[in-house]
Amino acid sequence: MTLSDTTATDSTAIEAKKNTRYYLDQAFYYITMAFALAIAVALGWIVIQIGITALPAIQKFGLGFLASTTWDPVRNIYGVLPQIYGTLVSAIIALLVAVPLGLGIAVFLSEDFLPTFVSTPIAFAIELLAAIPSVVIGLWGIFVLIPFLAPFYRFLSNYLGWIPLFSSSPRGNSILTLGLVLAFMILPLITSISRGTLVSLPPHLRQGAMALGATRWETILRVLIPAGFSGIVGSIMLALGRAMGETMAAAMLVGNANRINISILEPGSTIASLIASQFGEAGREQVAALLYAGLVLMILTLIVNILAEIIIKKFQNVER
Amino acid sequence: MTGLSQPKMPEPSSVQLEKVWTSMRNLFGIFMTGLTGLFAVIAVIPLAAIVINVAEKGLPLINLDLFTKLPPPPGLSGGGLGNAIVGTLIVLAVAVAISVPIGVLGAVWLSEFGRGSKIAYWVRFSANVLSGVPAIIAGLFAYTIVVMTMGSFSAFAGGVALSVVMLPIVMRTTEEGLVLVPEEVRLAAFGLGATRFETVSRVVLPAALPSIATAVTLAVARAGGEAAPLLFTALNNNFWSTDLFRPIATLSVQVYFFAIIPYRPQQELAWAGALVLLAIILLVSVTSRFLTRKRVY
Repeated sequence: MTLSDTTATDSTAIEAKKNTRYYLDQAFYYITMAFALAIAVALGWIVIQIGITALPAIQKFGLGFLASTTWDPVRNIYGVLPQIYGTLVSAIIALLVAVPLGLGIAVFLSEDFLPTFVSTPIAFAIELLAAIPSVVIGLWGIFVLIPFLAPFYRFLSNYLGWIPLFSSSPRGNSILTLGLVLAFMILPLITSISRGTLVSLPPHLRQGAMALGATRWETILRVLIPAGFSGIVGSIMLALGRAMGETMAAAMLVGNANRINISILEPGSTIASLIASQFGEAGREQVAALLYAGLVLMILTLIVNILAEIIIKKFQNVER
Repeated sequence: MTGLSQPKMPEPSSVQLEKVWTSMRNLFGIFMTGLTGLFAVIAVIPLAAIVINVAEKGLPLINLDLFTKLPPPPGLSGGGLGNAIVGTLIVLAVAVAISVPIGVLGAVWLSEFGRGSKIAYWVRFSANVLSGVPAIIAGLFAYTIVVMTMGSFSAFAGGVALSVVMLPIVMRTTEEGLVLVPEEVRLAAFGLGATRFETVSRVVLPAALPSIATAVTLAVARAGGEAAPLLFTALNNNFWSTDLFRPIATLSVQVYFFAIIPYRPQQELAWAGALVLLAIILLVSVTSRFLTRKRVY
């Protein structure tokens, strides 16, 4: 009798204890899930919040904002065509420099050209380049890089001035300077993702090509790079997004001139540099216009980043 | 019948089996190897140049004043960046307080409960996309939700902006660390009758502590150098301030303002500030690198 009594009370005690632990456990599950979802909510919230605050400017200027070259805080008329132009041109210059460099380095470091104790520090050094604050790169750009580049710019303008791209007297702060600096800022991104892609390719691809008598570089160019193409394209897209959104280096090096110039030796401006340099002293309507510009930048980079994500994801699904 | 004549075996010709060093294919390979190697050297040059230049121009100004004094008025020399260093720490503390709990617990859900689910896929997708969103957009966001509602620029707004920058880094890096904790450890805990909460809080999280530390240091290193999100959230302040709800100076913003004004003493302070910033960030990056390397359960 007593024995069964105690077992009964024990089992109810266990039940009761299990319940509080059970609820704690459930609560933990849902709290962590809410925090995980918070990041998706944050992404949507950012777009909506900036969109809502920019609404007065959106209503006033509509899509004409994207095609107008006027930025006149006195009359409160705004347009960002020169900034869109500057953003795209500087990003394109950056890609033209960084893609061959980054891809070349990715191949060089993913092959066994060098012993690991040499290639690992090089890879690490290139990754460190990404860790340098952009405001430090901007400072260095103003006081070291621009004086260093001056003779090259003079050469371009003197001897290649007949090409419209170089058809002006050289300035230090220019779209070209920004493009070159951006190239080195996005280089680590291209290198590390492309290298990761090349390293993770199945080894039988290489073995097959080698068995057919291909040289190492024929294997790389005709087999490995095509096989890793989507990963490489993804890395380039991510780099493009980074280049378009880079702010401090742009604000410090591009010259912040509200003009469209064919010559890349002329100062220009990017959406990010416009926001950084004007937000401080902006009145209410100008703030709305700047937020509209921010929304444009956000949408541009979102499209590029989402495409990059999809391309990289698709590649991973095929390989694993 | 006539068509079925015995096919003639080709005459055995002497096939070259050795590598011809001067063949086009081989020379091309050597050329490409050299070229890409040269690229690697070119890529390291700016890093070396930046570090050397910043050290060269910043080191002469490293003294006690730099860490304790206020910046001098335009054109005058002396003084330091004490308020900006303190301000950077305060803003980073706010950002860590917001982003680390959300990031780490979100990562727990991704690795422990949501693995392979559709929701986890979209959360990871959002995290990756958010990490590609320009930092200046994070600043605009914090401006609209904090500065506009509270009516003033503040250290808190700066922290909110930086937390947006940090959140995806914390979440994704922590998740990568949590996934490395062996499944057997969790099964053992479950076998002893632990709930999921007990397993995570007493077994998985302690085991993943080094990788969580890596995640936080990486995020702090990234956010500590950001100036763009702070330009119109924390703004700047020429005086000492520890008030969360007032504008505050930060190193990165101070370097920016001092770099673009035409006074020599200020420009020199900018180099000193850049050196402090660079030293902190390189130190943290290298530390986190070693933390990751030792990450074995």
